[in-house]
Amino acid sequence: MAIPLALQGRATLALPGLILAALAAIIGLQTGMVRLPSLAGTGARLVPATTLVAPRPYAYRAPGDFLNGTSAIDGPWVSVTDPAPLEIMTYQVSAAEYARCVADGACAEAEPRRRSSGDVPATGVSYVDAAAYAAWLSAKTGETWRLPSVAEWVFAAGSKATDPALQVASSSNPADRWLAAYQREAELEDGGNSAPGIRGAFGINELGVADMAGTVWEWTTTCNSRTTLSPAGEALHHVESCGVKVLEGRHRTLMSDFVRDAKSGGCSTGTPPDNLGFRLVRDHGPLAAVLSWIGLR
Amino acid sequence: MDGHEKLELSRRTLLGAAAFAGVFGAVMASAPAVAEESGVVTGPAPALEELPRVQVELVRPPFVHPHEQVAIGGPKVMQFTMTIEEKPLVIDDYGTTVPAMTFNGSVPGPLMVVHQDDYVELTLINPDTNQMQHNIDFHSATGALGGGGLTLINPGEMVKLRFKATRAGVFVYHCAPGGPMIPWHVVSGMNGAIMVLPREGLTDGAGKALKYDRVYYVGEQDFYVPRDADGNFIAYESAGDGYADMLEVMKTLTPTHEVFNGAVGALTGDNALTANVGETVLIIHSQANRDTRPHLIGGHGDHVWATGKFRNAPQVDLETWHIPGGCAGAALYTFLQPGIYAYVNHNLIEAVELGATAHFTVGGEWNDDLMTQVLAPTPIDG
Repeated sequence: MAIPLALQGRATLALPGLILAALAAIIGLQTGMVRLPSLAGTGARLVPATTLVAPRPYAYRAPGDFLNGTSAIDGPWVSVTDPAPLEIMTYQVSAAEYARCVADGACAEAEPRRRSSGDVPATGVSYVDAAAYAAWLSAKTGETWRLPSVAEWVFAAGSKATDPALQVASSSNPADRWLAAYQREAELEDGGNSAPGIRGAFGINELGVADMAGTVWEWTTTCNSRTTLSPAGEALHHVESCGVKVLEGRHRTLMSDFVRDAKSGGCSTGTPPDNLGFRLVRDHGPLAAVLSWIGLR
Repeated sequence: MDGHEKLELSRRTLLGAAAFAGVFGAVMASAPAVAEESGVVTGPAPALEELPRVQVELVRPPFVHPHEQVAIGGPKVMQFTMTIEEKPLVIDDYGTTVPAMTFNGSVPGPLMVVHQDDYVELTLINPDTNQMQHNIDFHSATGALGGGGLTLINPGEMVKLRFKATRAGVFVYHCAPGGPMIPWHVVSGMNGAIMVLPREGLTDGAGKALKYDRVYYVGEQDFYVPRDADGNFIAYESAGDGYADMLEVMKTLTPTHEVFNGAVGALTGDNALTANVGETVLIIHSQANRDTRPHLIGGHGDHVWATGKFRNAPQVDLETWHIPGGCAGAALYTFLQPGIYAYVNHNLIEAVELGATAHFTVGGEWNDDLMTQVLAPTPIDG
């Protein structure tokens, strides 16, 4: 901020105040505590409750298929010692919230298996639908909202995340992994009603995030991939297949990005996700990163 | 044992009956007459006091009560009891509930197993907690609309029917109270099957005996559940409340659910069927109303009686077989590979979208000769 020389004398005391005021305004806008008047009405209803997940060391199983030569193996266990703080929606995007995007013409209609009037999460939505909602919400609020990656979802899920590794000894019998995966998913199945519960029905985890690993599986930005490792563990090939995205929830699974309702049966074996939904992460710009660094957040 | 049976047949029952042939009336006592050409005995019931009687405890599908594959001794009177239960049934994982009508509380009703020339004696009970009349039509029986004409009972009544199992095979049984009630009761779940084994057990039609290590009964059911204005499935207080709406869906001939063992996913997950490499499994499959075409994904039908009648030589090496609606079929398969198999109605829309899928989990050693992955997925050369 350039201050004209002529004002420098009288502005001596006012300058720090001006800087602080400007800083406060920017902080207010960035964090959403202050909203521009034009969005005052819509903003308060559009932007849902969020949870700030504080940095802590955590680990997650690398998503995707891994081959050791020709044998399928579990992916590596990835440790993250100092992750960035993550601001994530406390609840999944609700059916009512999603309907607003549809009303604005920016999202396609959801196709839930049962239409409900209660405060339920949006289900029957594809990855494409979720991304469209994120783009719409970002435009409406002037903020950056996006789907989480697998790593971010696991970070926010805390104790609700399960390691998808099968822990099956490498063998020449391909059935070992198929049977282990099938049994694992059968065990994780609640056995109860698969309908999405009302908001909060699946409780709040120790990090303050609600409804993790309930009956709604959540889209991530992570693409399906296959990595071939050498016997020494180096990646020889890595192929990404972004028409298929990873979903997180009671178990980790894959789905084509345009699918709204996962069904099992036919060749597909294993337990399918009960419902497809999503929650979003709010990204912050460089100022927020600075504030975080100097300890103001 | 009654000296003669009296049939109550109303004009309405006769008008609605799917097939009406023969003469009904009081059976008069006279000496049995044996027709010269056919050797068939006609007349009053033979004296069965000397035949052994066996009381069978039925078990819930997909399991089958213990039985001998090869008959021990001569014909017996096999005694069964079934209690009709009208009850709400959850048919998918979303809690969709239908007012079902069941034999012994399950859809399908339990599988009965006897041998050819045994007598089946069924005690059928309609408790007064039920709302409706019911009866039973055994496709394996001869006369009286399969027994339907002799077993119509009101809530609070019971009846006992005995028929001779003259033909070997798997056969449907179902409720058939008359007229429009017949399809309605059948698609409300009121059907099951009976297996009449040849006394010498199953054979391949060329003198080779066929034995099974396990047997499963898969009863396939089409449900027609009405939807409300929002497109959600409606749950009715009682069957009668839903009848008119359900009839409209039934008339489209397109079910909303096509399921094995009474619900989507009922034979998957923790309830998947099990086997081991080297074991021979007999899969009995019935569909009392609608055509189906079973297929074991990853396997075959080694010996298949697609229309279920064991005096016909089975077909061999089938990929998929056709079971017409109103029929039961049977297939034998010896598992050769471990892993997960899906057993489906191979209209794959019905299998995946409507629920007609079961799973097998099979343990054992992999046979690399039968199948191997020569090259694991890898980026395309060049």
